Amino acid sequence: MLQDSDRIFGNLYGMFDRTLAGARKRGQWDNTAALLQKGRDWIIQEVKNSGLRGRGGAGFPTGLKWSFMPKETDGRPSYLVINADESEPGTCKDREIMRHDPHTLIEGCLIAAFAMAAHSCYIYIRGEYIRERETLQSAIDEAYDDGLLGKNAAGSGWDFDLFLHHGAGAYICGEETALLESLEGKKGMPRMKPPFPAGAGLYGCPTTVNNVESIAVVPTILRRGADWFTGFGRPNNTGTKLFAISGHVNFPCVVEEAMSISFEELIETHCGGIRGGWDNLKAVIPGGSSVPCVRGEHMKTAIMDFDFLKSELGSGLGTAAVIVMDHSTDIIKAIWRLSKFYKHESCGQCTPCREGTGWMMRVMDRLVTGNAAREEIDMLLDVTKQVEGHTICALGDAAAWPIQGLIRNFRDEIEDRILANSTKRNTMVAAE
Amino acid sequence: MLRRLHHEQPDTFAFTAANQAWAEAQLSKYPKGRQASAIIPLLWRAQEQEGWLTRAAIEYVANMLDMAYIRALEVASFYFMFQLNPVGSVAHIQVCGTTTCMICGSEDLIAVCQSRIAPNPHELSPDGRLSWEEVECLGSCANAPMVQIGKDYYEDLSSERLNSIIDAFLSGDIPTPGPQNGRFSCEPASGLTSLTTLADERLSHNGSVQLAVTNKDTIKRIDG
Ligand SMILES: Cc1cc2nc3c(=O)[nH]c(=O)nc-3n(C[C@H](O)[C@H](O)[C@H](O)COP(=O)(O)O)c2cc1C
Ligand code: SF4
Ligand code: FES
Repeated sequence: MLQDSDRIFGNLYGMFDRTLAGARKRGQWDNTAALLQKGRDWIIQEVKNSGLRGRGGAGFPTGLKWSFMPKETDGRPSYLVINADESEPGTCKDREIMRHDPHTLIEGCLIAAFAMAAHSCYIYIRGEYIRERETLQSAIDEAYDDGLLGKNAAGSGWDFDLFLHHGAGAYICGEETALLESLEGKKGMPRMKPPFPAGAGLYGCPTTVNNVESIAVVPTILRRGADWFTGFGRPNNTGTKLFAISGHVNFPCVVEEAMSISFEELIETHCGGIRGGWDNLKAVIPGGSSVPCVRGEHMKTAIMDFDFLKSELGSGLGTAAVIVMDHSTDIIKAIWRLSKFYKHESCGQCTPCREGTGWMMRVMDRLVTGNAAREEIDMLLDVTKQVEGHTICALGDAAAWPIQGLIRNFRDEIEDRILANSTKRNTMVAAE
Repeated sequence: MLRRLHHEQPDTFAFTAANQAWAEAQLSKYPKGRQASAIIPLLWRAQEQEGWLTRAAIEYVANMLDMAYIRALEVASFYFMFQLNPVGSVAHIQVCGTTTCMICGSEDLIAVCQSRIAPNPHELSPDGRLSWEEVECLGSCANAPMVQIGKDYYEDLSSERLNSIIDAFLSGDIPTPGPQNGRFSCEPASGLTSLTTLADERLSHNGSVQLAVTNKDTIKRIDG
């Protein structure tokens, strides 16, 4: 188990002093200027060496992403944009950073912006997080009052402005180019790529979009060294990670643990075990709604990191939002609810997604009641394949994968339900 | 779901002086010529002032930002937090119905809303004081099931607890938001399994609840 002394988020639950003074006591904002004085290249190299992979879902190496930003300006300003949209079902970790440990993020913004030669950063927070917005804004105000932000931020010689912006309830605005559209005052519809944001992002200027957690861990990585961070987890899956465990465990929670912890240790140490015991575990969605579910019996020994969940279990770590379902769960209905979610959230600009999400949901409607023919299972699978990979953004894939996971893992259950429903119909006919 | 403007609309809208000053200050966050960026925050403030988003308010904000009305309407209809119909005069209850909340009991919470408020979402209760809707994941899944009321989250809910929260709102109280089962925030309900070695004074409320308790503005309109 990870020791408290190795936890980056010392105030994750907000129990202790949440002000700047409290953050300082926990080691944040400790001579930030000295970190910046080591220079841009050093910062980016150190983040690369740490193996940090983006915490927003895709797991793209953070240092590498930063290195795509132009070294010299062509007259256009560069921007850092923080993705605090946190709307992937199951995910509730960035909220804790913003309302309880906000200075990890604010300091991270200054460092990351400096590394990418950006003088401005926007944090885009989901609209529903109203209290989180208020607490984060007061932390930003505190940092300005203390000279940590603004002109000559933290005495580093770098001028840096940090703005908080909010959305108004649209999951798609978590997709980075939809987020930029939204931030420009438009409907949140993803852009075609290329150009990528590093070439033309916010207001047509070079932009990097990073998740809250990806940025909030950076100051500690730089202070304690890349080697410290790589000391946790397996190669290519390094560091500490916030896990959000929800559903049918005895005690759901958000907790910072070492990457590559086993599912069993995670659940036993922090969640008091599976509700009703391990034999009662039916299925787990290990990384937020967009990754395929895994059958319970395969999860006990699972290693919670990007590579294991993908290559061994055909799923993914995603945002490390672990949704646990016991045998009381109607798994078909649980996945149907996600289909409903994706249909609701499709922005509608590509036909396969706009039509496909509705089509998939309507078939799922009938699989829940069993009012379907067995052949429809394969038809549904086929439709998911036609949506996957044929859309502007990854929402199409995200809508397809949960259904593929359901069919791969629980086809027997879908078939049983169809059979039960047809026998019921037949007996009713016979009885008439 | 089709999102259309309500059939009955007030003739005019204007920000109160304080909200106008607030709105103008927002524009300074964005580069020159990029004032359209402020549209969501401004429409949101208009909704906070009136309770729902009227055509007049959308026009007012479009004018303020020098945007074509249709562009502002596009934004208003795209984002689900904009209420294009009047909501309950006391409270609008938003029940998260997505998978984690569903498997933890949100259907029971919806049943409470249907029996106490109105059979259908976005429908006013007979006395006009309450309304409800089912919303998608609110990002508080480790505290499922939960609802949002005004600015606040009521988490770790049961039907009984939601019933008494509704009673409280109807009698003019603001029940303390946050976890309703004695939890502080999102730590394990059995007690801390991490961050136990930090010797620091414990606060009495988590970050969100503290604001609600201090400001007492969970369902207050920003009309000052
Ligand atoms: C439909 C969709 C929704 C997304 N939602 C979020 C989100 O809420 N938060 C987030 O950080 N990333 C989200 N992402 C991923 C972002 O597009 C982007 O990859 C991420 O912000 C990059 O940050 P990182 O490299 O630090 O992980 C979403 C992606 C898609 C396709
Ligand atoms: S895949 Fe769906 S959400 Fe993404 S751009 Fe296309 S229609 Fe919009
Ligand atoms: S599923 Fe309800 S808050 Fe996430």
